Amino acid sequence: MIGEAAVRAGCRFYAGYPITPQNELTEYMAGAMDRIDDGVFIQAESELAAINMVIGAAMAGARSMTSSSSPGISLKQEGISYLASQELPALIVNTMRGGPGLGNIAPSQGDYFQATRGGGHGDYRVIVLAPASGQELADLTRTAFDYADRYRTPVMILGDGMMGQMMEPVTFPEPLDPSALPPKPWKLDGAAGRPSRVIRSLLLDPSVEEELNWKLVRKYEAISRDIPAAETYLTEDALLVVIAYGTAARIAKGAIKGLRDKGLRVGLFRPVTLWPFPVHALRRLIPSVTDFLTFEMSTGQMVEDVRLALEGDGRVHFYGRPGGIVSTPDEIASVIEPLYVRQGLDRIPQGPPR
Amino acid sequence: MSKKIFERPRYLKDAAFHYCPGCGHSIIHRLVAEVLDELGIGERTIGVPPAGCAVLAYNYLDVDMGEAPHGRGAAVATGIKRILPDRIVFTYQGDGDIAAIGTAETIHAANRGENITVIFVNNGVYGMTGGQMAPTTLLGQNSTTTPGGRNRRRDGAPLDLSQIIAVTGGSVYIERTAVHTPKHVRRTKKALTKAFKTQMNGLGFSLVEIISQCPTNWKMSPVDSCRWIEETMLSSYPLQVIKDEVGDL
Repeated sequence: MIGEAAVRAGCRFYAGYPITPQNELTEYMAGAMDRIDDGVFIQAESELAAINMVIGAAMAGARSMTSSSSPGISLKQEGISYLASQELPALIVNTMRGGPGLGNIAPSQGDYFQATRGGGHGDYRVIVLAPASGQELADLTRTAFDYADRYRTPVMILGDGMMGQMMEPVTFPEPLDPSALPPKPWKLDGAAGRPSRVIRSLLLDPSVEEELNWKLVRKYEAISRDIPAAETYLTEDALLVVIAYGTAARIAKGAIKGLRDKGLRVGLFRPVTLWPFPVHALRRLIPSVTDFLTFEMSTGQMVEDVRLALEGDGRVHFYGRPGGIVSTPDEIASVIEPLYVRQGLDRIPQGPPR
Repeated sequence: MSKKIFERPRYLKDAAFHYCPGCGHSIIHRLVAEVLDELGIGERTIGVPPAGCAVLAYNYLDVDMGEAPHGRGAAVATGIKRILPDRIVFTYQGDGDIAAIGTAETIHAANRGENITVIFVNNGVYGMTGGQMAPTTLLGQNSTTTPGGRNRRRDGAPLDLSQIIAVTGGSVYIERTAVHTPKHVRRTKKALTKAFKTQMNGLGFSLVEIISQCPTNWKMSPVDSCRWIEETMLSSYPLQVIKDEVGDL
């Protein structure tokens, strides 16, 4: 899904290295790029080489991407830091698996911190998008390339092994013609009839490096203002809201449906952008929602952003299963229901809908 | 009327080199600029400088330049060249950059036969970081991390990367030259010309290894450095055409 969406978004360069559970994407790109005259596919010798090839292709002006899974994404962090510093657009897809270390190949959300805090060295952020369905995978792939170009910054799609392996019907957008995309007046294509350009990362003068850092901050502020996105589900009259993204959100949705049938006023808040975190959308649920249960396939990472966003307005709870364990909706329901009762929410009379 | 017989090459910026007195980089930069001009390719060339002393090459070479992370020059150049196959793409790398941290990227770019040119400046030492042992450091040679001299059992033997690259299927032209005498400077220019012509003709991966003097970290005068190259270094790194599958161009 991501592969076809990427090609239709005008992606013309893919470099990757085999790692489960995301080889389907690499294999798809091998065939897809082969069918396009100006498409380039390279099976790189390492994750490091792949991300650095993406740096080169991005310098040359192409919509470029790489993909991997958790251990491979750690290796790519060097290049992602350079992409941020050199203000180069690129898409990185992380299909998360159980970790730390080699871990396993089961679905996980253990890379949230790494993704949303920059990931590599230095003072930077990466736009992080978290699709929860096949259709959204396809849609957000195009969005990711658009954001990358617009803000000249690396963008990550953060999925997991479940999303990497699922099959769902998808409607793809019409293909874009890469030559019709906005020009990149910074790209390196030879200084014919213009002054030569340099895309550099070394800034030895601290005052120049500081200037770059503040420039990046201004960009990140604009991104934080412009693109935060979240889905809300049955939150209008909710007293307790589950906060989850990606596969975890789908599982939670199943649990919420069942609990609604039993009369519990529960809803779902699903961040679509993990960085920037949709702070304002979440805060709009205060004060009618008093309890926020963060559910993650990790030991608790996004829950820190939830606490930061709520700044003490509301009670924050957490439930997580790490290591590649995928909870069932029943399991989540069995966490929500006693919490709902323990907080006395079952004794709050039904008020008028907000 | 006086006649101008020597001038700054078109693709060399009007800037003072920051390199130490006697360093070979300034000579090599100038040669690259001259060759780009003589071949008429400067306006369609993209250079990839390394991490190391030559990281600031973009302050001197007046062509498009995109900086690569340490050792990753060949991977970055691969990305550029594959997107812009009609442009000329070169990397400029030191021995620490290319023969230690960037070994994998270099070997595999060569093996894929990437149609790029690699300029590999070998002075047997990490220059910018202050003279540590490089993979190319000679046995017995002092460095800040081999205080008693490089010891084979402790530190390994000097790595001849060009010979390794030569056995890859995609490399077509590899030559080792030096810049410690005017004769060798002229020979280096010929090799660089041939390497770029190899790329212009779409023949595959070309590499010129240039033995270069580092008086500061060798703790020698510039004159002694040139003499040390001739008398000592070249016995480990003999100047020769290591691989030539392109013939006369």
